[in-house]
Amino acid sequence: MVNEQGENRRDFLMLATGAVGAVGVAGAAWPFIKSMSPSADVLAQATTEVDISTLSEGQMITVPWQGKPVFILHRTQAQIDEAVKDDGQAMRDPEKDGDRIQKPEWLVVLALCTHLGCVPQPIGTGEYGGFLCPCHGTHYDTSGRIRKGPAPKNLPVPHYEFKDDSTLVIGKAIA
Amino acid sequence: MFKNIMAWVDERLPVSDLIKSQLTEYPAPKNLNYWWNFGSLALLVLVIQLATGIFLVMHYKPDAALAFDSVEHIMRDVNFGWLLRYMHANGASFFFIAVYIHILRGMYYGSYRKPREILWWFGIVIFFLLMGTAFMGYVLPWGQMSYWGAAVITNLMSAVPVVGEDLVIWVWGGFSVGDPTLNRFFSLHYLMPFLVTGMVVLHLWALHAVHSNNPDGIDLEKKDTIPFHPYYTVKDLYGVGVFLLIYCFFVFFAPNAFLEPDNYIEANPMQTPAHIVPEWYFLPFYAILRSIDFLGTFSKLAGVIAMIGSIAILFVLPFLDRSPARSFRYRPISKVLFWIFFVDCVILGWVGYNPSDAVVLGGIPIVYVGRAASAVYFGYFVLIWIITAFGIEKPKPQPKSL
Repeated sequence: MVNEQGENRRDFLMLATGAVGAVGVAGAAWPFIKSMSPSADVLAQATTEVDISTLSEGQMITVPWQGKPVFILHRTQAQIDEAVKDDGQAMRDPEKDGDRIQKPEWLVVLALCTHLGCVPQPIGTGEYGGFLCPCHGTHYDTSGRIRKGPAPKNLPVPHYEFKDDSTLVIGKAIA
Repeated sequence: MFKNIMAWVDERLPVSDLIKSQLTEYPAPKNLNYWWNFGSLALLVLVIQLATGIFLVMHYKPDAALAFDSVEHIMRDVNFGWLLRYMHANGASFFFIAVYIHILRGMYYGSYRKPREILWWFGIVIFFLLMGTAFMGYVLPWGQMSYWGAAVITNLMSAVPVVGEDLVIWVWGGFSVGDPTLNRFFSLHYLMPFLVTGMVVLHLWALHAVHSNNPDGIDLEKKDTIPFHPYYTVKDLYGVGVFLLIYCFFVFFAPNAFLEPDNYIEANPMQTPAHIVPEWYFLPFYAILRSIDFLGTFSKLAGVIAMIGSIAILFVLPFLDRSPARSFRYRPISKVLFWIFFVDCVILGWVGYNPSDAVVLGGIPIVYVGRAASAVYFGYFVLIWIITAFGIEKPKPQPKSL
């Protein structure tokens, strides 16, 4: 029983068995691979509540959220003006200041440099009045936008909401 | 008595034959110089690392809350814990010293050339495994440099297009470097030395299949070889003595010379050290990574590719080099290029050690030095190909035999 390509029944059975075997191995490997993904207890720590009533103008705090630092900056009018004034400037990752905030006086950004994940230094350390990442010299402005240095993107704005005037909730609960 | 036992064993498993053919009477070139000692020295350090590592694990705790203190416990409370740890930490550095000299020796004497390509490739795989093992081992003490080194290096994976961000979360087992990361790095740091050991067996198998290269890079006749024992067992042991002398000097008198003071501060995810610097053996590659910063959003991926490529390019070196002579002894242009390459690696290391915004030599931003040195690094491989593929280099006459 050989067809015109010189293949017989046994060749087909070998191929089919091999394919089923490969799918089986891939299926068996999945639990091992998936076991390395974030576990349920890690996912459970998805949100952080912060009391911001004590932060006066110009003050900044760093809070942990999902094991990562988040900057919460109570911006001064000068800092807001500087961010808005630069909206039209050429930037690597163009974004308007207004699109990065919910209330102009509150800047909430993930404090991890988009280059290689270092924590930038506090407000006022970089050029443009913003944050300087000490690792490879990235400068972020008062809106957390990349203005100079190797980072590819602006400091990300995490999901957050104002529960009331004095409480900020960072993150979204994961079911 | 012993003879009888061996005869009994040999009848069932030919151990004596193997020892005779692969060790005691294994034919080795009679002209090997001291640069040929570093293979056996690397093996010695591997054994030291395995032995000290297995005993350190008896006292270490791979838990983000306990790891740092357990290392201090090893240093202060465990009997000879300080010795085990200093041997292990300095052993890593000396492993790379031995391996770098071993690789450069292979490059200078053309040991990667036909018929030794597979032998060379196994060596590169060992080198990659070694870098992974060293990186994950450095994370285990959970100091500031451990943590932030891990953060910087794992973040490199986010440069992978499309799946990068998910890949990093999978590697971390969380949303940042944390306890799950430490646990899996511990597991892999224990696993990988055994993979290295397995690769070393393959490396030696490939070596014994094609036999050693030699400083003249020529194919040898039977009369040019001597039995490995006692000639090279003695010579290797002499090398071991010298090597251990230097190693012990560091272990006992300058145990922290290769370590960063910042790693004696416990890991703090909320604060980056002012200047993150990798271990010295990664510095040249780190410099290449940072030198690609002029491609906008593509910089990160390009930097990662360049860094991996700087080692992976060694895989194709056997095909780039087309010279009729193996050894650079008989290749005047290649010899000059080799030493430029060597100095360039040192310069890259120095660039990698400095902060990225440093200004050197009276006004030159160091990133320019890094870019130039990276170009020279890759230029070596291009030039070796050009001068050999187009017959630009005329090798000096080589001897037919020794």
